[in-house]
Order: sequence, then C-alpha cells, then structure tokens
Amino acid sequence: MSLTGYRKIALAALLFAALAPRAYALDAGAVQQLAAEDGDAKLAAINRLVTEGDVAAIGLFKAMQDDGLQIFNGRVVIVTGDGVKDAIHGETLVVPPDKLEAIVVNNRIRGALDSAIAALKLIVPQRAERLAAARAVAADAGEEMLPLIERALEKETDAEVKTLLAQAAAAIGLKSPVAERRRLAVQVLGQSENPQTKQLLAALLEKTPDGGYTEPDAAVREEAQKAIRAIDSRAVVPQLLGTVFYGLSLGSVLLLAALGLAITFGLMGIINMAHGEMLMIGAYTTYVVQALFRQYFPGAFDAYLIVAVPAAFAVSALVGIVLERGVIRHLYGRPLETLLTTWGISLVLIQLVRMLFGAQNVEVENPAWMSGGFSLGGGVVLAYNRLVIVVFAAFVVLLMWLLLNRTRLGLYLRAVTQNRAMAGCMGIPTPRVDALTFGLGSGIAGLGGVALSQIGNVGPDLGQSYIVDSFMVVVLGGVGQLAGTIIAALSLGEINKFLEPYAGAVLGKIIVLVFIILVIQKRPQGLFALRGRSAEA
Amino acid sequence: MTQTAEGTASSSGDTVGMAHMVRPGEVDISHGAILYVEGVTVSFDGFKALNKLSLAIDAGELRCIIGPNGAGKTTMMDVITGKTQPDAGTVFFGQTIDLLKMSEPEIAHAGIGRKFQKPTVFESHTVFENLELAMKMDKGVWSSLRYRISAEQRDRIAETLEHIQLESRAGIAAGLLSHGQKQWLEIGMLLMQDPKLLMLDEPVAGMTDAETERTAELFLSLAGRHSLIVVEHDMDFVSSIARKVTVLHEGRVLAEGPMDVIQNDERVIEVYLGR
Amino acid sequence: MGPIVAFFTRLYGPRGWLTLGGFIAVVLFVIPLLRLLPPEHSLHLSDYFVLLIGKIMCYAMVALAMDLIWGYAGILSLGHGLFFALGGYSMGMYLMREIGTEGQYRSHLPDYMVFLDWKEFPWYWAGSEYFWLAVLKVILVPGLLAFVFGWFAFRSRIKGVYFSIITQALTFAFMLLFFRNDTGFGGNNGFTDFKRILGFPLADPVTKTALFMITGLFLVLTLLACRYLVISKLGRVLAAIRDAEGRAMFSGYKTRDYKLFVWTLSAVMCGIAGALYVPQVGIINPSEMSPANSIEMAIWVAVGGRGTLVGPLFGAGLVNGAKSWFTVAFPDFWLYFLGCLFILATLFLPRGAIGLLDRLRRKT
Repeated sequence: MSLTGYRKIALAALLFAALAPRAYALDAGAVQQLAAEDGDAKLAAINRLVTEGDVAAIGLFKAMQDDGLQIFNGRVVIVTGDGVKDAIHGETLVVPPDKLEAIVVNNRIRGALDSAIAALKLIVPQRAERLAAARAVAADAGEEMLPLIERALEKETDAEVKTLLAQAAAAIGLKSPVAERRRLAVQVLGQSENPQTKQLLAALLEKTPDGGYTEPDAAVREEAQKAIRAIDSRAVVPQLLGTVFYGLSLGSVLLLAALGLAITFGLMGIINMAHGEMLMIGAYTTYVVQALFRQYFPGAFDAYLIVAVPAAFAVSALVGIVLERGVIRHLYGRPLETLLTTWGISLVLIQLVRMLFGAQNVEVENPAWMSGGFSLGGGVVLAYNRLVIVVFAAFVVLLMWLLLNRTRLGLYLRAVTQNRAMAGCMGIPTPRVDALTFGLGSGIAGLGGVALSQIGNVGPDLGQSYIVDSFMVVVLGGVGQLAGTIIAALSLGEINKFLEPYAGAVLGKIIVLVFIILVIQKRPQGLFALRGRSAEA
Repeated sequence: MTQTAEGTASSSGDTVGMAHMVRPGEVDISHGAILYVEGVTVSFDGFKALNKLSLAIDAGELRCIIGPNGAGKTTMMDVITGKTQPDAGTVFFGQTIDLLKMSEPEIAHAGIGRKFQKPTVFESHTVFENLELAMKMDKGVWSSLRYRISAEQRDRIAETLEHIQLESRAGIAAGLLSHGQKQWLEIGMLLMQDPKLLMLDEPVAGMTDAETERTAELFLSLAGRHSLIVVEHDMDFVSSIARKVTVLHEGRVLAEGPMDVIQNDERVIEVYLGR
Repeated sequence: MGPIVAFFTRLYGPRGWLTLGGFIAVVLFVIPLLRLLPPEHSLHLSDYFVLLIGKIMCYAMVALAMDLIWGYAGILSLGHGLFFALGGYSMGMYLMREIGTEGQYRSHLPDYMVFLDWKEFPWYWAGSEYFWLAVLKVILVPGLLAFVFGWFAFRSRIKGVYFSIITQALTFAFMLLFFRNDTGFGGNNGFTDFKRILGFPLADPVTKTALFMITGLFLVLTLLACRYLVISKLGRVLAAIRDAEGRAMFSGYKTRDYKLFVWTLSAVMCGIAGALYVPQVGIINPSEMSPANSIEMAIWVAVGGRGTLVGPLFGAGLVNGAKSWFTVAFPDFWLYFLGCLFILATLFLPRGAIGLLDRLRRKT
C-alpha cells in the first residue's frame, strides 16, 4: 500500500475521532503510548489523541514529525532548540543530551501524523487555518472520508469553509455507485469556483474505449453538462476582464519599453539601437539597489523601489547623455549610420554588464506587497505586480507629459524638433537640449527597466528581446506622436492577449508582427501620423 | 469627392473622345492647351494647400507663377507631377491624358519635366552621366542592364553640355558643381528628357546676375518648342521673361494676365505687401 | 572573339583579372593540392582551416549581396540573415532526407519528428528528397519572399530606417516561427547530423574539399555578376535612386521596379550562400535569423567600404577572421571588438577600408 493510501485511511479514522466529544487535557496514557516500540500501538495512540479532539496535540505531532519527540527516563518529552519540555504537562526539564532516547518514526507513522494534523486543523478556532485544512481536504479527498466531511459540515459555521467541505463531499459523491447521489453531487459541483472542478465534470462526459461514457447514467451526464455550462457562464465575465487586464498589463510593459524610444526616435529621430540596453541598465540598477537594501537595510527592503526608481532614471539618463555627447551627435542627419553605431554601443554595453554581473540572469526579488493577487472569481486572479506595472506606466506617462508640456526643457524640445535652425536663432542652446532630451528618453527607458525587472528575468540580453517590440510600437503609433505610442502599445498588448488562447503565445506574437508590417505598408508614417508636406518629405 | 472628379473628367473628355486620332504617347494639343488643372483641392489635416485651383497652360507658352509663401505653388507642382494626390479636381495633359491616374515616372515619360526648388542632381555621378541618365530612352530594368551608349546619344549629350555651358566639367562629379551650375545641370537634364512641358521651381535661385540673364535667354529660346511653367520669386527675372503671369494666393488663382497689369492689380499688391 | 574580350575587359582591367585569376588558382588548385598532403606534413591544411575559409567565402557572398542593396541602391536591409537561413533550410531539408534511416531512431523521418510523434512528413516536405528541387527552392524561397515583401514595401514607399526596422521585424518574426517545434523544421535545434550530399559522405575530406571549391567558384561568379550589374547603366540608375530618388522618378525611372529587382536578386544571392554554408558547417538553426546576425552582415560591408564590391569581400573576411580568432583567444572581448568596430567604422571610416587605402595611396 502506498503512503498516501495509509494517509487516507488514517485521516478517515482520525476525522471520526476528531468529531467525537472532546476531552480537555491531553490523555497521558495515549502520549505515553506514542513511545511504544510497536508501530500499530503508535498509530492507535495517535488515533486516540485525535479522538479526544484537543488541538494542542498538533504541536505534539509536529514535534514527532521533526524527530523532536524523545524519551527521557521513560517520560515522553519534546526536545526543541531551546530545551526539553515534558510532553504532557509542559514543564521545562534539565536533561543531559546523552540521556535522551529517540522515538522511531517511520514513513507509515509520518503519513498518519500528516493526516492527524490536517484533521485537527479542521476544528481549530482560527478560521484561516480551518479554511486551509478544508482546501487540503477538498483537493485530496478519498471515498472513505465522505461521512466524516459530512459530519464536519454540520458543525461548521463559516460559509466559505462550508462550501469547500460541501464540494469535497460532492467530489467524493461523484464516485458513488448510486446514480442519484452522483447527480446531486454534480449539482453541488456546478456551484464551484475551483477551476479543477470543470475538469472533474468534463471527465464524466468522456467516451470510454468500448463506446460508452465514463458516466453511464444519462441523467447525470445531462446534469454535468448543465453544471459545466453554469461554470462557464459564470466564468465568462471574469475571464474577459482577466484577458482585458492582462492585455492592459502587457500593453503597459510594451509602453514602458517603448516610451523612451518615443522620445529619442519619435521626437529626435535618432535610431537608437542601444535603447534596449537602457532598459537593461535600468533593470540592473534596480538589482543593485535591491541588493544594497538587502545588505544594509533589510528592514526597509519592501521600500527599495522608492530608491530604485530615481536611481534607474539617473543612471540610464547619465549613460544616455554620455552617449549622445560622445558619439551620436556626430551622426545627426545620417540615420543608417546612427543605427549601426548605436548597435555597436549596445554590444559594448551588453558585454560590460556581462563582465560586471556575470552572464547569468540575476535575481530581483519583488517587494512583499507586490506578490499575491486579487481574485475575480472564475479562477481568474489579477496579480498585484501586474497591477502595479499598469499604475506605474500611467505614472511614467504622466511624468513625461508634465516634462514635455510644463517645463522649459519640454518647450525647448518642441521648438527644436519643429525648427532646429529657428530655435537656434532664438537663443535656445540646441546642443544642450539634444543632450538633455536624449538623456530624458534614456532615463525613461531606465524606468521601463525597473518595471521589467519586476516581472521577468534580468540578464545581459534583456534589452535585445525588447528592441524589436519597442520600435514596432513607436513606428505603429506614428513617429513623433506620443499619444499614438500609447494607443499602439495598449492595443498591441490587448491583441496579443486575445489572440493567445487561439494561436498560442508565439504564433500570436508572429501574427501581431505581421499585422504591424501590413499596417505600415498601408500607412508608412504610422497609424496616427499627421499627413502633410513635412511628413511626405 | 471621387464622383465629382469623375464627372468633370468625362465632361472634359467628351469633346475629345473619338473625334481626334491621337497616337499613343503623343499629347493631343488640338484645342491649343497642353495642361488643364481644374478644381484641384489638396488639404493636409484640414489646412487647404490648394483650394479649387483651376489653370490652363497653352502649348508653347511660357507661364510664370508667383505668389507669397504658402500660396500652394509647390503643392500644385506636386499634384501635376504625380507626387501628391488631390482630394478633388482633375488634371489633364493635353486633351486625353489623365495625369491623376499616373505615377511620377509615367508622367515623366508622357512629357512633363520638373526641376525642384532645391537643385537636385545625382551628386556622385559625373555631369555626363547625369545627362545620360536623364536622356529620353527606354528606362526599364532590363534595357538598363543591356544598355550601351550610341554615337548619336553621345552627340546629343555633347550638344546639351554646350547648351548649359558645362562642356569643360563633363567628367567631374555633379556634387562638386557650384549651386548655379547645378541649377543648369538640372535644366540640362530636363532638356535631355525632351519634355513637352517643363515645370521649373525657382530656377534662378542662387545664380549670379550673369547666370540669371543667360537662364532668361535659355527659357525664351525654349518657349515655342516647349511649354514652360516657371515658379519664381525674383520679380526682375519674372518681368524679363514673362508674357503671362498667374498669381496664386491661399491655394487659388488670385489674378492672371500680362506682367504690367498684374503689377498694378490692387489685390496682388495687398497680398504681397500684407495690407 | 572581339566582343567577348571587350566584355571581359569591361568588367575588370588586367590587374583585376590577374588578382581574380590568382584567387581562382588558390581556391581550385593550391588548397585542394595541399589537402592531398599527408596530415603530418607541415603544409597540410586541416579540416578546420578549410571549413573556416569556406564559411568566410559564404559570408563574402552575403557581403556582396548586402553591398548591392545597401552600397549601390542605398537600402539597408536588417533581414538578410533570413534569406541566408531560408537558403540554408532549403538545402538542409534535402540533407535531412539524405540521412535516410540512419538517425537515432532508425526511422525514415528525422529524429525530431519521431520525437514529436509525427507519423509522416508534413506536406511542405514533399519532394524534399530531390536535389534538383532543393536547388530550385534555394533560389525560389528567398526570392519569392523577398519579391512579395519588397513589392508591398516599395509600393508603399517605405524607405530608409523604416525599411530597415521592418526587415528586422520580418526576420525576428520568422525566427520565432522557426523556433516553434510545430513549424516542422526542428525548432530550436534546427537541422544537424547530416550524413551525405548526393550520396557523398560529408565527413569525407574529399567531399569537404569539393564543397569548398564549389563555394569558391560561386563566389567568383557572384562577384562577376555583381560587377557586371554595377558597371551597367542599371548600376548607375541604382546609385541615382540612392542619391536622389525623386529626381530619378521624375527622370522617368520606375524606381520601384529597380529596387524590387535588386532587392530580390540580393536575397537570392544570400539564399545561395546559405545553401553552400549548411553542408560545410553541418548545422542550420533559427538563430541564423536573429536580428543580431543580420545586422552583423551590415558591418562587413561598412568595414570594407560600401559600393565597392571588393571592399565588402575584404570586410567579410576581416570581421569573420577576427571573430574566429577572438572567440578562441579572448572570448570575452569579441563583443567589445565588434561593438567598437561598428562605432569606429561608421564614425571614422565612412568609406571603409577601401576608402582608407585610397586615401593613403593618394598621400604617398
């Protein structure tokens, strides 16, 4: 018999026990019996303790699992790192280590202990623990547990735990030989929020090799179909919302990756193939800040992003300004040469990072508040880190809008992009505006890097995987059109996510790329570009 | 929009129709005019660069077109040469050739040559090669691959070189020419195309007085055999060559007539002087 | 005789023909003869050396193709790796069929198909066992793709960097497509473990030398074809389109046809180079389509000197020679070197090594 087999039987037995009238102290005899040589005697003792239904036994069982339950002078004691305590009364004892004698716990006993702990947890006062225990039962329920679960149901007051227990009972009910029982079980399962339930029901409708169905009774099959439809219809809205949300989140990622490029390429016309590496630099800055926090301010670790965001902006912007002053400015008006040169720069940056941080991906840990998610029901969970990305993208867009429309640099920039010569004549320091603008674009790319570090791998090749996407977004949106970039990024995200269920992630991406290529054929200046003499030139 | 365009096209085409036998590739100038521009409108995002512009050029005529910045002169040339599609209107070359249905190379083959505002020549080619490339011949891919220059073609190029006074520079790269020489080379290239209609956008910009004078002579000698449309800002130059002047303003014809009449036209003065 | 001699003298002067003759002699006679020497002889050429030179000659063909389209017509393609790979895959399909049942699973199907539990070849593998069909595909697949793509792109007047970016997206999309196992071309691993070509074992040094000689011959033919093209009026029209497309159009040239012609031709040349590359190297996989590969091709041309044909030949040799040396001697510094090459070549050598030589020669 397998370990799980033992465990199920033990659990069944223990559940019975747990629901029996409770005594109020640990049974000294039973505890003593745990130290017995014989395995069966140990099992019986575990059984008895569960029957008494004292949740205090959980600690005892856990200690036993960790080999912390030992014998001293014939007394059963709990040995922890802090010292030795009597298992029954809890008083602290002073014991020389060599006087302790281990209690043998084999796999059979371990299985029984697992089940015993799970069973006792079904009746602990803390709702959260009861809920977790109910989930465990619902996920892994054998037929023999049915009566126990049903009895636990009677005592349970919490609605959520109750539902779970009911579903666990129903899942077992599906295996009942009585067709009517099965039908009722299917009915209950139709109310389930658990994504696995649908598979459970769908299995009933599968054909067997001999031509019949797994479920022989037609009425049950019909009920199962009804239940599946019910589950599906309840899931339609959350799933749609989920897809929209994940599309929005992918769109935000694309947007964050492309926004910097919308400035350097879109507004300044510089084909910056090293744009991806600005993202990478931002991501690695985040990594460094995070590592510093872990080392020096572990208490404030969850707040490291507050430092990482401005740091990434500053580092990327600085690198950008150096590049512009050092290399790119010599190439104004020669776009194809700029393309090749910046590609060269990207190779150097990649190798530099590889030498500094290693060729492997580095681990960037999310702050705790970003893990987990928000359930929409129907098995759809919105992950918090994705939610944060969407908000962050909005923040960066706002920041950029403010910088471009509410600052002197923005004013100068708009003047320079519209008429460089005229702007120069009006006393605008065009070289400085160029450098600062390129720095701004690079810095915003760095912010994109912070976001990317929170959702994906951070490695030297990070930028390379985003460069094609970023250019596609900017070109599709129409060069020089920030609003176009935003719309393009978000719609690409949505299209991608809506295609994914039908075409798969890779094929979906290919379809999107082909779509962009076709759109650009039709509108070479992008979807939202202005038509006019300047655009035609 | 398309409906009006087609409507006008058929009504003006009716009179021609089958009445005259016109050989393909020939321009039918039986009604005296070589170019008809009718009701052409071009707008860029709401801004109307051309607003129902109508204009007719006679065969052999030398027409000057003037107008303040933004009057639509360059856009008009773009429409005639196929670079810009108008939102409405028709453009006919002679009686039969609908220019709006043709691409730039087709329009060039039909016999319209264009000189850009900024002199545009093939800078890395020699002056000789520039003229050779412009010469009227089969310009398909395959014939280019097999092409060998003939003695007559050499003569023609030599003739044109003389005409534009660049004989001594035939072997140097066109990019090394002075601004004025480039203008002349471009005009020479147009002549090599043997067009029926030449459209010249600011042909004397950047030329010395002597060069300007020679250009005026050249244009006057071309008129008659060719039709010319000259867009120019230099009023002295215009009055030295012009017989008939058209003034464009805000995308439409403001005035049309002999130079002395135009110069005294109240509206023209107002437009040019700004009040 | 007269016209034929005239034809040849037009292509290259005496010095040019002498150099070319020398190259042909080395590739077709000297190297094969040295290969015949016993391995312990000091002048014996190793398999590695022959493979390296063979590879570089394939790259040199690609460089010629790039020069035609970029140097002469001014169109920078960042997707030529795709055409190279498609030529390679077309040949690779044939080579996979030549393996027969000698794969690991002893099936008539390639190992990866057995692994995917496919029972028969997908429809697009039909006829892949015929060599002549493979040769046809080497030309048609890249050619057709380039033609269709170019037809749309040039029709909508996509130029300059836009064209470059879109070609990059194109090769990227194809790379993703070929990475999928379901596409039927071996996914990540592509094709490898070839055994024979036309019945000759690929492991045999004689086959290797023969492939090497054929590659050399094709390189010379490609060079002559390109040379013929660029000194014809067509070459001058291409340069005219590069320098002033508007002027060319208003002079009556259908620039779209010209661009489409040279673009397709260039793609076909790349395909042939890929087809010669695969049997020598013994592997083809989707990484050949990665954008980085294609952009590296541009630097061969830039380093050698755009619009000179000879320059890109040298460029391909120089960069790839350096690459094979660096990746053995200083693997960590190869990317620095390549990156700096990109930066320095475009900043300080606008006319490449050939331009530099010219300048030095003029000074002395």
